[in-house]
Amino acid sequence: MKHSFLMRQKIGIVLILLGLVALLFAFKSGFFKSTKDSYADQRLPEVVDYNFHIKPILSDNCYTCHGPDANKRKAGLRLDLESNAFSELPENPGKYPIVAGKPGNSLMYQHVVTDDPKQLMPPPDSQLKLNSYEKRLLKKWIEQGAKFEKHWAFIPPKKADIPKTERTDWAQNEIDAFILEKLEENDLSPSKKAGDHTLIRRMALDLTGLPPNAEQVQRYLSGSSGNILERAIDEFLSTPAYGERMTQVWLDVARYADSHGYQDDSYRSMWPWRDWVIHAFNNNMPYDQFLSVQLAGDLMPDATKEQVLATGFNRNHPITQEGGVIQEEYQSYYVVDRTNTLGKGILGLTLECAKCHDHKYDQLSQKDYYEIYSFFNNVNEMGLRMDAVQAANQKYFADAPFMTITDEETNGVLSFINKTEGEDVKVMVMNDSMPRTTYIFDRGEYDSPGEEVTPNAPEIILPFSDKLPKNRLGLAQWVTDENNPLTSRVFVNRIWAMVFGNGLVETSEDFGVQGSLPSHPQLLDWLSKDFMEHGWDIKYLLKKIMLSATYQQSSIATEESKKSDPDNKWLSRAPRFRMSGEIIRDYVLATSGLLNREIGGPSVKPYQPPGLWEETNAGGNRGVLTTYIADEGDKLYRRSLYTLWKRTLPPPSMSIFDAPNRDICEVRRQKTNTPLQALALQNDVQMLEAARVVAENTIMDTKDAEMWVTKVFQRILVRNPKEEEKKVLEEYYSDTLEKFLNDKENAQKLVAQGEYKRLGTDPAKTAALMLTAQVIYNLDETITKE
Amino acid sequence: MEEDKTNSENPLKVNRRHFFSQLSVGIGSLALGSLLIPDLFKGSPKPLAGQPLGIPHFAPKAKRVIYLFQSGAPSQLESFDYKPTLTKRMGEDLPESIRNGQRLTGMTAGQDKFPLMPSAAKFSQYGKSGAWVSEFFPHIAKISDEICIVKSMHTEAINHDPAITFFQTGSQQSGRPSMGSWMSYGLGSENQNLPSFVVLTSRGKGNSQGLYSKLWSSGFLDSKHQGVLLRSGKDPVLYLNDPDGLSRSDKRHLLDHVSSLNKIHHVETGDDEIESRIAQYEMAYRMQMSVPDVMDIKKEPESIIKLYGEDSQVPGTYAANCLQARRLAENGVRFIQLYHQGWDQHGNLPNEMAGQAKDVDQASAALILDLKQRGMLEDTLVIWGGEFGRTNYCQGNFDPKNYGRDHHPRAFSIWMAGGGIKPGITYGETDEFGYNIVKNPVHINDFHATIMNNLGLDHEQLIYKYQGRRFRLTDVAGNVVNDILT
Repeated sequence: MKHSFLMRQKIGIVLILLGLVALLFAFKSGFFKSTKDSYADQRLPEVVDYNFHIKPILSDNCYTCHGPDANKRKAGLRLDLESNAFSELPENPGKYPIVAGKPGNSLMYQHVVTDDPKQLMPPPDSQLKLNSYEKRLLKKWIEQGAKFEKHWAFIPPKKADIPKTERTDWAQNEIDAFILEKLEENDLSPSKKAGDHTLIRRMALDLTGLPPNAEQVQRYLSGSSGNILERAIDEFLSTPAYGERMTQVWLDVARYADSHGYQDDSYRSMWPWRDWVIHAFNNNMPYDQFLSVQLAGDLMPDATKEQVLATGFNRNHPITQEGGVIQEEYQSYYVVDRTNTLGKGILGLTLECAKCHDHKYDQLSQKDYYEIYSFFNNVNEMGLRMDAVQAANQKYFADAPFMTITDEETNGVLSFINKTEGEDVKVMVMNDSMPRTTYIFDRGEYDSPGEEVTPNAPEIILPFSDKLPKNRLGLAQWVTDENNPLTSRVFVNRIWAMVFGNGLVETSEDFGVQGSLPSHPQLLDWLSKDFMEHGWDIKYLLKKIMLSATYQQSSIATEESKKSDPDNKWLSRAPRFRMSGEIIRDYVLATSGLLNREIGGPSVKPYQPPGLWEETNAGGNRGVLTTYIADEGDKLYRRSLYTLWKRTLPPPSMSIFDAPNRDICEVRRQKTNTPLQALALQNDVQMLEAARVVAENTIMDTKDAEMWVTKVFQRILVRNPKEEEKKVLEEYYSDTLEKFLNDKENAQKLVAQGEYKRLGTDPAKTAALMLTAQVIYNLDETITKE
Repeated sequence: MEEDKTNSENPLKVNRRHFFSQLSVGIGSLALGSLLIPDLFKGSPKPLAGQPLGIPHFAPKAKRVIYLFQSGAPSQLESFDYKPTLTKRMGEDLPESIRNGQRLTGMTAGQDKFPLMPSAAKFSQYGKSGAWVSEFFPHIAKISDEICIVKSMHTEAINHDPAITFFQTGSQQSGRPSMGSWMSYGLGSENQNLPSFVVLTSRGKGNSQGLYSKLWSSGFLDSKHQGVLLRSGKDPVLYLNDPDGLSRSDKRHLLDHVSSLNKIHHVETGDDEIESRIAQYEMAYRMQMSVPDVMDIKKEPESIIKLYGEDSQVPGTYAANCLQARRLAENGVRFIQLYHQGWDQHGNLPNEMAGQAKDVDQASAALILDLKQRGMLEDTLVIWGGEFGRTNYCQGNFDPKNYGRDHHPRAFSIWMAGGGIKPGITYGETDEFGYNIVKNPVHINDFHATIMNNLGLDHEQLIYKYQGRRFRLTDVAGNVVNDILT
């Protein structure tokens, strides 16, 4: 009895234990997982590519501890280098991280797929985890021989053969063949060509940052020859507005501002440098030369004043004037800024990640960083030793070294600078007259110098030739060397992004391992190579893009193309996106007839809501940027790139539309859609005044009142209204007119918007037509490039 | 749930689409700036890896933050860190062993002596907690049992710009998102008509340092999370007011026509961004009502005005901003950032600091009492403090009635209240000179980690991937200061 009881008890325990084991097993095998593994169905590629499939996984999940950073490396394992990944593990004799062809013997793979949380890689506390698709990719890659390759962006671009596509009647140039190949791979077809009207507006916006005027459009469309578009492109490229448009974009890269930034943020006069940029773009200076003079113009043999002026590029960074700073600390910040700008703006690399430690992802060491740093570390800069209170009575002040531009220069070699006669202006520039020894700063701290370094460039990108001078001139030659794999790619990609909204590499600022991969690698390479073969000719590049069928597609999104290409990654249609704050403002000024087309000169102060500077400055008289006093007359209507840029409070009409504050180099702006933008477009006096003036001009120019609404529409949208649109707007106009005929007081108030002289038109009619113009100015289409 | 591992640089993009598909949030609730995400505060308490936008990692103690930033750096030695030794050893040179290699700003680096200077303000102990508070702050002294004074804050920065940037963004160099932007990104908005991160500024008569919009910038986060500066006066949000001559119904009429034309164009182009534009215009229209309404303090009763002081009736003052902060908190604003300028006393400290303290003392205390009486203190975290401390030695001429103090990064005091912070305690200690921390140091990273913790966010998990790197408000450091939590 007792025996059988014990027996039963034993069996019971065994059963319970078995049950527990089964339960455990069920848990482990995912039996109780309610969510399905969404990666299970993802199809593996035929051939697994290291750069495109494997490295993104390794870099994102493994490099932090098993990558280029020597100080953080664990278990002596380095997965970014082929030699290391196949070597015997120092802490695990007889074991190898990767054995080609044998995932079962590859310890790295074993650690990735293990169920043991103590063994699992990446470790659970890192918050990182590989999905099942990534694990399968790794397995297949190892099975296929675990082939390593150099990072794609560090291999110099080559022109691949133009792809053969099934469809042969669409391509207009080489670009299209590459685009069509990918479209066909993804079962997509291109959209039909956009109408000439749309294309002319699109090209004008891309090339000049302004709408085409009605006369231009009329002329192109009535022309008989077939090359309407090519003629339009040539004409847009030859207007001075082209240089202004390109400069606008370069100002973000160059972190240009009219103030010093930091604490007191008082005035500086770098605008002659900005005038030089406009001049350079309009003369179509080749991009390699454009970069070289900005990096090292002062060091060129018999440097001209123009070449020295161009080096202002590297003095555009913020400079502190806060009392009591340690100048040595800030001097190091300035050099860091130049180094980072070279990285982000020119090479497309996040060099700054190697400032405090070896780069976690890219094969860039901290030593590489300070070797580049040392190129920029010899400037005879003193720092601003005058705080804003002391500086209050100075019109402007510049840190050494600077050049003084007088009438002699502007009447001679620097005639492109729009300077008032008789007033000299100081512009900060570069020199190498204070050679400093550069050290690797431990943890990036200026007061912890370590090993001494000398000028050099990262070998992984392109070895710095012995023949090059070890100064910025040599650096400029290295940057613009045709074998430098980055410079041309990065620029071509940014031009692509300017035109298409997104770059072929989405992360325009990062071509490194952690950046996005190119959507069309062969196209990017073809364009980069082609750009260099054509002498780094920017206008040539733009024209090439605009003559492609890809560019000339319609931007209409069908339900089908939205479904199969939701982000328009494969360009099955032209992009449709909101214009920048600068272009929107210029567009409104141009269409209303207010735009003042003067080129260059000191920055201007258009309308700004009162009190903004006063609320945030430090109080008292701290120089010319303490209180905002708007300009008068013509200066209110200059293009937006001439609007005075105070770093600590950038013009709100730009920052509301995603402009950066220009503290550091930026190469990519967001394109948000917010209620603050809606408010700015409705209530900024600049907008209201433009609506009033376009109404007045129309009433003055057009006798037939029946035509007014149509005329205003044509002026703003550069097309004829459709019947439906016309109906809505005319009904609005007549309702509103009726209201104002009975309410002259409010009509008078409305048409008083802005300083521009009233034209003496009837207030009620003007107010009604002004609000009609307001409706049109607030349409999505008006602020969008279609 | 598998972590989203697309190589996208912009998780928000993914998240937005995710929200539309998963939660069927209508386009109408797509909102401004920080208004983007509806209230998901009561969402999953389960910790999630990655970026759980709009969902806290664990049960939060606080729902919102009011940060009373004292810009310029108020002296800890005349406020909360009582150091009788300085009186005893007045005029003696700061021992080298105490200074111990601390770098100096250019303003006092040239001084050949560093004479110790005692506080011109008298100290007493208050409340059950026996907290030491100077006579400059009589109202705050009275609420000492409601607050937690931290005497052991420290930073690396010794100049205003990097120091204040450090406090606001977790980095001394500009470019990172502001704290408020991180919270908006992590937790979303609690309301549909106001931004979730707002900024209010005021200035005292003391020596001031400027403010900069980068302090409330969203950095690399989507600009939706940017702080919205609410200004005193008739245009609290930029471009909020319609022009003279245009009535509310005129505006409605105008917008209806904009809308109907946009709808026609939406059908033609198939671009859904137009729908979003229409929604933004509607939100803007609603804000034109909701913002002035929340800003209108005239509705406040006499008792409240008395509590905050007469200044609360003068728009743009610190007191008015404190009252405003409470109204914004009531209306679901997540992060309310005040700045009061004027605390940079390199000279004339006793006089200037008394004035600055008078500006902020009553209203700061009133805010705590007011939140408490409304039952809001328990889920509202209030923070009071500057960007660094001030030296225990005199800057300039040695005159106990009119002296100055330079910047001091190694030890300074702030206080916090409500929202999961233990009331009536003092945390951390400095040495008898008030120069170095001897117990329980709290770094800015720790401070950030603690605030995030109380909002239900794990500072190591709220991550944004940018330029290939995973960024956190606390960068690579920070420990939650558990000792001061309820």
